[in-house]
Amino acid sequence: MVNLALAWAEAYAAEHPEVRISVTGGGSGTGIAALINGTIDIANASREMKEEERAAAEANGITPVEFVVAYDAIAVVVHPSNPVAGLTLQQLSDIYTGRITNWREVGGEDRPIVLLSRESNSGTYLYFLEHVVRLGQKSDLLFSPDALLMPSSEGISAEIRQNPNAIGYDGLGYVTEGQKVVAVAREAGGPYVLPSVETVKDGSYPIARPLYMYTAGEPQGAVRAYLEWVRTEGQKQVARLGFVPLD
Amino acid sequence: MERAAGLPRARRRWAEFAIEAAIRVAGVSTIAFVVLIFLFLLREGLPAFFQVSLENLFGQRWYPTFGLYGTLPLILGSLLVTLTAIAMAVPLGVATAVFIREVAPPWARDVLKPMIEVLAGIPSVVLGFFGMTVLAPLVRRVLGMPTGLTAFTGAVVLAYMSLPTIISVAEDALDAVPKSYRDAALALGATQWQTIWHVVVPAARSGVLTAIMLGMGRAIGETMAVMMVTGNAARMPVTWDSLFRPVRTMTATIAAEMGEVAQGSTHYHVLFGVGIILFLVTFVINLTAAAAIFQKRRRGGLR
Repeated sequence: MVNLALAWAEAYAAEHPEVRISVTGGGSGTGIAALINGTIDIANASREMKEEERAAAEANGITPVEFVVAYDAIAVVVHPSNPVAGLTLQQLSDIYTGRITNWREVGGEDRPIVLLSRESNSGTYLYFLEHVVRLGQKSDLLFSPDALLMPSSEGISAEIRQNPNAIGYDGLGYVTEGQKVVAVAREAGGPYVLPSVETVKDGSYPIARPLYMYTAGEPQGAVRAYLEWVRTEGQKQVARLGFVPLD
Repeated sequence: MERAAGLPRARRRWAEFAIEAAIRVAGVSTIAFVVLIFLFLLREGLPAFFQVSLENLFGQRWYPTFGLYGTLPLILGSLLVTLTAIAMAVPLGVATAVFIREVAPPWARDVLKPMIEVLAGIPSVVLGFFGMTVLAPLVRRVLGMPTGLTAFTGAVVLAYMSLPTIISVAEDALDAVPKSYRDAALALGATQWQTIWHVVVPAARSGVLTAIMLGMGRAIGETMAVMMVTGNAARMPVTWDSLFRPVRTMTATIAAEMGEVAQGSTHYHVLFGVGIILFLVTFVINLTAAAAIFQKRRRGGLR
């Protein structure tokens, strides 16, 4: 969600030149770690803070306060030439755990499947693991060791654009031209739904999640004003970047 | 000159003392920094070996988010990429050095040497980007692999990156071989090729080995380019086709994950532990090389 955070910071700075906001990327874990270490005012995260992270923050005398600032759909993407148009959550789980290794098994061409994932410090990685690979249940399924962990969204889109074997996932806001978005169904026979603002809002797209901002303690002063702006005026930026605004 | 001589004696002595002290501090602090860095590495990394069972730490599964800290795929991944890179770079690098020093006409040498130095200055992230967008698709299409982000692609990029080091150091070593050796060989009726192959290169072998070791050090420590082109999948590279499959190296793992970890967590210590392992691997390689040079010197008598 770094590009969203950047857009907010830019738009806010244009309206309030007296406030200076600097944004750094690196994944949800990076931001939360920095919040725990007390080096930042706001941590943007595409996942909830873990128990151990809360404990670490408390140990440093910091009480993290959570705000939902937008919603995001996680899109499943393939090479444009890939004939597969829809996958069920179960099929996605089987693909990412390495049980299905050929596109033929899900109605595609006879090609090996190359798995692309974000790095394990990405909130998207954890969300996808818990809600797709593990299908939202308690289990110890993991990504196949053959999955390629890409250090950036650009890494994923570059490989998707040029490799007809590849499948990847990333926030809808990161899907660029040259990638084909696959429709996802909760179960076999169910409706296959493409991610969009509407399908996330009405709950029909199955892989959607809230995006968070965490502050160290109840926000005060400029941070408080910024958070209020993000949750009202700032929602325009949300829609513009392909994320889903709060209601 | 006159003004310096005109300075009072005491002041001159004082200046000399100050300069000497400054140089001494500079020299000692370099060593101190190295020692401190190593101590820091130990302090942060050693807890990993107590918090995680050795069975887990040297297991085959690297899922740090879920308490699985198997570093074996990372160690083997680093070795596979580095050794392949060296296997590609050494023949090419030494041959280039021989060509520049022994064969090429002076004008060609004057052009080639600076160009190789420019090669050394290319930032690794640029090479990584090149590897990701040009080399990887090429590897996938030409070799018919599922993806082009493989150990092999990483090795090619690394070989390219360690070439300048190998060439310049090997070239210096060849340069240090006394002219009398060449003259003697030619006087005995050896051809130019025989002179190079049987006299000059063997005489420079300790320098050439140093060149290889430095190139290897460059390769095993490289991070950014490797992270961009090897795919970073922590699989065990034990099948026959592993060279053409994705791997995850130790350096890429540290770089990708260090920014994220909560300080003081097990994962944090394990990443430093990986740093220690990386340090030890490099140390063993250097030690082996030093031993090899030492042995050969004693037997051959040539330096």
